[in-house]
Amino acid sequence: MKGLIGKKIGMTSIFTDAGKQIPCTIIEAGPCVVTQVKTKDTDGYNSLQIAYGEKKEKNTPNAMKQHFAKANTTAKKVVKEIRNCETEAALGDSIDCAIFEEGEKISVVGTSKGKGFQGVVKRHGFKGVGDATHGQHNRGRAPGSIGGASYPAKVFKGMRMGGRMGGKRVKVQALEIVKIFPEKNYILVNGSVPGYNGSTVLIHN
Amino acid sequence: MQEAVKFVQDQLKIENELPNFKAGDNLTVNYRIREGNKERIQSFKGSCIKRQGTGATKTFTVRKISDGIGVERVFPVFSPFIESVKVNKVGKVRRAKLFYLRERQGKSARIKEKRVIS
Repeated sequence: MKGLIGKKIGMTSIFTDAGKQIPCTIIEAGPCVVTQVKTKDTDGYNSLQIAYGEKKEKNTPNAMKQHFAKANTTAKKVVKEIRNCETEAALGDSIDCAIFEEGEKISVVGTSKGKGFQGVVKRHGFKGVGDATHGQHNRGRAPGSIGGASYPAKVFKGMRMGGRMGGKRVKVQALEIVKIFPEKNYILVNGSVPGYNGSTVLIHN
Repeated sequence: MQEAVKFVQDQLKIENELPNFKAGDNLTVNYRIREGNKERIQSFKGSCIKRQGTGATKTFTVRKISDGIGVERVFPVFSPFIESVKVNKVGKVRRAKLFYLRERQGKSARIKEKRVIS
């Protein structure tokens, strides 16, 4: 596995060599600083801890400051771990989008946009109840029956109903890297990525 | 972040010089069509009813009446398949989006021409 922390910048579209117009998301990927190298001997598993994004020194707890000082870097906003990382890097090294290649398939993890309290039609893809005509009214977006009557005399756990939607961790898999701009650390992926523009995303293969 | 999007778009922009035109103008769009390995040019003649979008994702819509049936086609401004665009007539219209043409037929669907004294 190899990965980077980044920021969703926004979307645009480009034309491929075949002339097809494809939607693309721009992600600012890295540069990330290696803040800890975990090994099987010392920690029981292999991983690379990477950090991304500037943070004010005064808003950083002392423990964190010390941790970043060990890697000889300033305070960072996001810290993530990449398990069994292929990338060869030592403590304090900086890794950037050079670890990825154009044409590679990647996964992007982000926090989806919050949708608030939503009904079953939007949240679970229910079809609503009944017709628009034949005397029916105000049942168009209703959930329908949620169970039996005196038996089982309860609503089963996990019954899909209305509620808070979005704002959750979402992973989108197999997005193709269309283009890389190494000088700005931008990665262009085919398709959309969860979250707002400016939100933090994790890119890995 | 807007600058970042613009940067990427500028890097990848395909230069195709189109003439200045706006909604109401009568256009001929020469469009490259690829069939297998063969390439030919198809022209689409009609009036531009809208220009839409910003940056690299700009498009314009051309509407024509083909055998009595209205046909609309959307072209990306920076499409590599646009061979050329010719402005046949400059229209005299009062709005930027001419969707009202969809409800009209025959005489009332005409657009007045703007005569430019040169």
